[in-house]
Amino acid sequence: MAEIVLETAGLTMRFGGVVASDNVDFKLRAGELRCLIGPNGAGKSTFFKCITGLLTPTSGQVFMRGHETTGWSPHQVAALGVGIKTQVPNLMDGLDVFENIWMAARRFLPMQDAMRKASEVIERLALGPIARTELGRLAHGERQRVELGLVVAGDPWLVLLDEPAAGMSADDVERMSGIIREMTRTAAVVIVEHDMQFIRSIASTVTVFHQGAVLMEDHVDRVMADPTVRNVYLGKKA
Amino acid sequence: MASFWAKEVPATIIIAALLVWIMPMMIGTYTLTVLVIYGMLGFSLGLIWGFGGILCFGQAAFFGLGAYTYAIAAINIGDSTIPMLLAVLVPAAFAALLGAMMFYGRLTDVYLGVITLVVTLILFKFISSTAGPEYVIGKARLGGFNGIPGFQTLNVPGRPNDYIYGDPYFYFCAVLLLIVYLLVSWLLKSSFGRVAVGIRENEVRVALMGYDVSARKTVLFSVGAAVAGLAGALFANWGEIVTPNLFSLGQSAEIIIWCIVGGLGTRIGPIVGAAGLAYLKFLLGQQSMIDNTLLTGIILVLFVLFLPKGLVPAIVSLWRISFGQRRRVPRHGARRLRSRSAGHG
Ligand SMILES: Nc1ncnc2c1ncn2[C@@H]1O[C@H](COP(=O)(O)OP(=O)(O)OP(=O)(O)O)[C@@H](O)[C@H]1O
Ligand SMILES: [Mg+2]
Repeated sequence: MAEIVLETAGLTMRFGGVVASDNVDFKLRAGELRCLIGPNGAGKSTFFKCITGLLTPTSGQVFMRGHETTGWSPHQVAALGVGIKTQVPNLMDGLDVFENIWMAARRFLPMQDAMRKASEVIERLALGPIARTELGRLAHGERQRVELGLVVAGDPWLVLLDEPAAGMSADDVERMSGIIREMTRTAAVVIVEHDMQFIRSIASTVTVFHQGAVLMEDHVDRVMADPTVRNVYLGKKA
Repeated sequence: MASFWAKEVPATIIIAALLVWIMPMMIGTYTLTVLVIYGMLGFSLGLIWGFGGILCFGQAAFFGLGAYTYAIAAINIGDSTIPMLLAVLVPAAFAALLGAMMFYGRLTDVYLGVITLVVTLILFKFISSTAGPEYVIGKARLGGFNGIPGFQTLNVPGRPNDYIYGDPYFYFCAVLLLIVYLLVSWLLKSSFGRVAVGIRENEVRVALMGYDVSARKTVLFSVGAAVAGLAGALFANWGEIVTPNLFSLGQSAEIIIWCIVGGLGTRIGPIVGAAGLAYLKFLLGQQSMIDNTLLTGIILVLFVLFLPKGLVPAIVSLWRISFGQRRRVPRHGARRLRSRSAGHG
């Protein structure tokens, strides 16, 4: 079996009385593509933030490729080679597409190589016509694509995407699944997603979150057929 | 980078040379010198605020620290060369410590403002209270509210009796401002500068790319303090006395106003804003009809209301509309999601 690249043990995050992440044990192997699903407020983003260092978990541990990264700050986690897209778009709005992507590449490459890398990523994601446009002027779908470009530009071995397809047109989603499939050739990928169509299209193992805890973990088809999961999604008592 | 050395540097030098040649025909060099010094001070805040998104309410603290360091060192050492260097290094080191504390402590912008403000106040209070004979550093008495007069002013390195003053001092200050301007321009063109602008635009994103945002902000903050410290030393030489007023909050507020009026996010804006407003203040100082502070306030309000991006960006866009080729509209259908506010966000 492939090496475990991401693991959490008893990961718990409390906000006052709310247990947003409840004793989560999670394992991800190299090359794996995993989707996280769950109703609104299930704790998916909180789990993500604890892994990426945007939040420090109340208790529990995070391991990445043998490093214990619990309590690390986001830049340390990212510097390991982890590509991150948050649920709320995080882009440099006053800068153009090229500058955004160049900066991501520059972190791991010398000046000239970073320029080449940025051009390459822009071509790959079909961002050419808007390469010199400020992010603030772009439409939502394009912005999502650029943010994916930022992630790709760092050549990560672990990719964490929080709702990358949210608010996208069908065409954009199509293109997005292509890009993500390509990513899995070199990286393990975790995606938080609501869009079942999208999850089926990239056919993967799914981890279901509910009230902060892991409800079940299985192939997408079996998860969708599961009555408990259906109840959770319909909002009935499980 | 190539066009920076081939075009921008020569162009900047030519324009600067023209200004240094023409301006003394209109304004006395003694006044011009202080305008240049204020220009450098405005530039120091314009750098960290306009390009790093760090709003410091205490830029005057570094200015004052530079001036005092110079004065104290000059009394103790005699020759002005090392004191000039110290006047750059001490504020830079102080800012590095203060910055590391603030940026690694992940303080929000509001607290950053409060802390820099409080530090300025503490320095002001402390220096003002050093009138007693027990407050000496080497041979230099701090002198409390009266400040420190009678220190060695700028001399040719190694020749303490060859003073640089009057017109030559103006040229000296102007050339230093030019050098600082070019160095900072180069810094902003480098990867470090571009990432700093990224931090201004979105700190979280830059951290998520793997950059140590706290370290970078600390370095930038320290560079800004170094420039402010240099301006302080030049000011000390110009005035031949340093007083606690250099640290005053009024001074800090003025620097912020210079940046807003001149144009944040541009290099030249804060320099123009500083020199322009300081000159206006100088002119008004010669009459007693209109109150100075009141007028500065009115100018600030007018700019915030009618030219929120500041003077230089406004002139640039006016120029583009009149003479430049129209900038192509990016693409049809591209929505403008956010109006750029003074290059800061
Ligand atoms: N900073 C915070 N302070 C307090 N409560 C929080 C905070 N962040 C999240 N929560 C709470 O934690 C719970 C989980 O939120 P989280 O954002 O992780 O859910 P999610 O699964 O990502 O939901 P969605 O699908 O809507 O994005 C929610 O009840 C939320 O209100
Ligand atoms: Mg979420």
